[in-house]
Amino acid sequence: MDKILQVKNLVTGYQGKNTFMKAVDGVSFDIDRGETVCIVGESGSGKSVTSMSIMRLIEYENGKIIEGDIIFNGENIVEKNNYEMRKIRGSKISMIFQEPLTALNPVFTIGRQIVEAIRFHQSVKKKEAYKQAEELIQLVGISDPRTRLKQYPYELSGGMRQRVMIAIALASNPQLLIADEPTTALDVTIEAQILDLLRKLKKEKKMSIMLITHDIGVAAEMADKVIIMYAGKIMEISSAEDFFENPIHPYSRGLLESVPKMTGERGVKLNSISGSIPSLSNVPSGCRFSPRCPFATEQCINQEPVLEKFKDRQVACWNIDNVLRDHLKNQTDSEVFQ
Amino acid sequence: MLKFLINRFGQSIILLLIVTVITFFLINLAPGGPSSTMRMDASPEERQAMVEKLGLDQPVIVRYASWLKGAFSGDLGTSFTSNEPVVQRIAERLPYTIELTIFTIIISIIIGIPIGILSAIKRGSVPDHIINFFSVVGLSVPAFWLGLMLILLFSINLGWLPSSGVGARGVDFNLWGWISHLIMPVLILTTTILPNIVRFTRSSMLEVISQNYIRTIRAKGAKESIVIYIHALRNALIPIITIIGVLIPRLLSGAVITEAIFGWTGIGTLILEAARGRDYPLVMGITIVITIVVILCNLIVDIVYSRVDPRVKNV
Repeated sequence: MDKILQVKNLVTGYQGKNTFMKAVDGVSFDIDRGETVCIVGESGSGKSVTSMSIMRLIEYENGKIIEGDIIFNGENIVEKNNYEMRKIRGSKISMIFQEPLTALNPVFTIGRQIVEAIRFHQSVKKKEAYKQAEELIQLVGISDPRTRLKQYPYELSGGMRQRVMIAIALASNPQLLIADEPTTALDVTIEAQILDLLRKLKKEKKMSIMLITHDIGVAAEMADKVIIMYAGKIMEISSAEDFFENPIHPYSRGLLESVPKMTGERGVKLNSISGSIPSLSNVPSGCRFSPRCPFATEQCINQEPVLEKFKDRQVACWNIDNVLRDHLKNQTDSEVFQ
Repeated sequence: MLKFLINRFGQSIILLLIVTVITFFLINLAPGGPSSTMRMDASPEERQAMVEKLGLDQPVIVRYASWLKGAFSGDLGTSFTSNEPVVQRIAERLPYTIELTIFTIIISIIIGIPIGILSAIKRGSVPDHIINFFSVVGLSVPAFWLGLMLILLFSINLGWLPSSGVGARGVDFNLWGWISHLIMPVLILTTTILPNIVRFTRSSMLEVISQNYIRTIRAKGAKESIVIYIHALRNALIPIITIIGVLIPRLLSGAVITEAIFGWTGIGTLILEAARGRDYPLVMGITIVITIVVILCNLIVDIVYSRVDPRVKNV
């Protein structure tokens, strides 16, 4: 399959008082055409910074891309100037955000904000743009488009506003939709609706989706490919099938084990990963996950593992063999126990 | 809208009543009176005769009641010092002060908002520091000092501008005469208002620029000029409108000093005359006029507010 986006050795961060703090440190991955890629990680793992780098919006938030290439449709986004970037943003790559409640301008009507998005990229008359806006708003599952377009954001619920955001993102039929925690602020029923909508739109519009989430459940529902990030590095890249069958990286395993299962007994305490993610200014030496890793060895503390091919996936870990052996042992244990 | 206006009108009447009661009793509590402004060698009998002539021998409450009765029919009494109706004296002076205020506000808005925006989007840069420096200077320099310095420079040393007066009006009116008299007073008043607008615009813009919806607009592929001047500014204007509403009444009182320095025959100099002459009816009249101006400013601010921010629905 051909790749729509290739991120190569991306380093992005913020200029601190004395040092440059790398929020994303040497990240590489691809997104295929029509594929849904989920980037999963805790807060502070660099997921959002990665997406903001792809949109080149990071520059407006005091961040900077200092290394690496972002190849979109064969063109390097990192080398684009502001004018060229504006032609890509909202047109070929669109983005929706975590906070639907604050992501729309409170003083303009929904209609105006959608129409504006259409007219930034297409030279159509206002009337024609309004017609398109009506279609878009129906496409994202909002009924009574005429009334809705005249309303202001404060008159709509969170789920509605996220639908409007999606309509805005779809205004110019993007090839890639970046969704940065699109459902985090919404309750579960609305979350399910929004995820359904994204799946449906992806199929209809044949676009790729890069979904950023800290919720492994959302990833399980949506992903073709899963990318696990931790402290600005990729820990594991794997197809969704393989990943949920058998995650390899100790961090991935920790993430999966911290999710409650529908089967099994109640009252069993959930596993959690002890400790917390390191701050940008104080990244541990060696493997960044080593201070919290149950498998950590001397080598992990001293030497940083690289993301290497392992069967069909890529994993950054020195102890894959140990982890797998442990996994096998656990499986046989539980089978014996049953 | 109509309901809102009726409501506000009712509130304003009550407010006006309270203001008049407080002012009326306070000026009567102050020692001395119109008779103390007579010649030093006036005899006690002469003074008493004046008190009786002006009706000041009656109890305060009775005087307030009769004043209020007159006020409701549009008669604010007769000035003690000039024997002209108070309404007429104020009507003669008010346009001059309104002239100063309007020019000052318009100039401050036209200059202040763009400078504030510039300062916000170039935060931490050299222009920002320069703007901040001059804002602080403008806020701290006293008007009377600056006024005298300007007169020294432009009227005495350079001889470019007249040092006092409002210029010829009526048949002798000429444009340069009018503008040349306006320049210095407006400049002084602007230095007290402009820094406030600049600083408010800056902080308001800074807050808006960091909001999520600004990121959304950039993500849509908007030009930076659209992001700043359409989306950000519209939101930033909301607190700026509020501060302008507060600044206009402050300008009126600020005009006292400025008008006195430049011999500008507006309400400001009239306030001085009224206070100096213990001209009770005139003091009351001016108080009412200024109160009405404050109420009107607030009303206008609220109406503009609801036009800018759709979430404000009380209008």
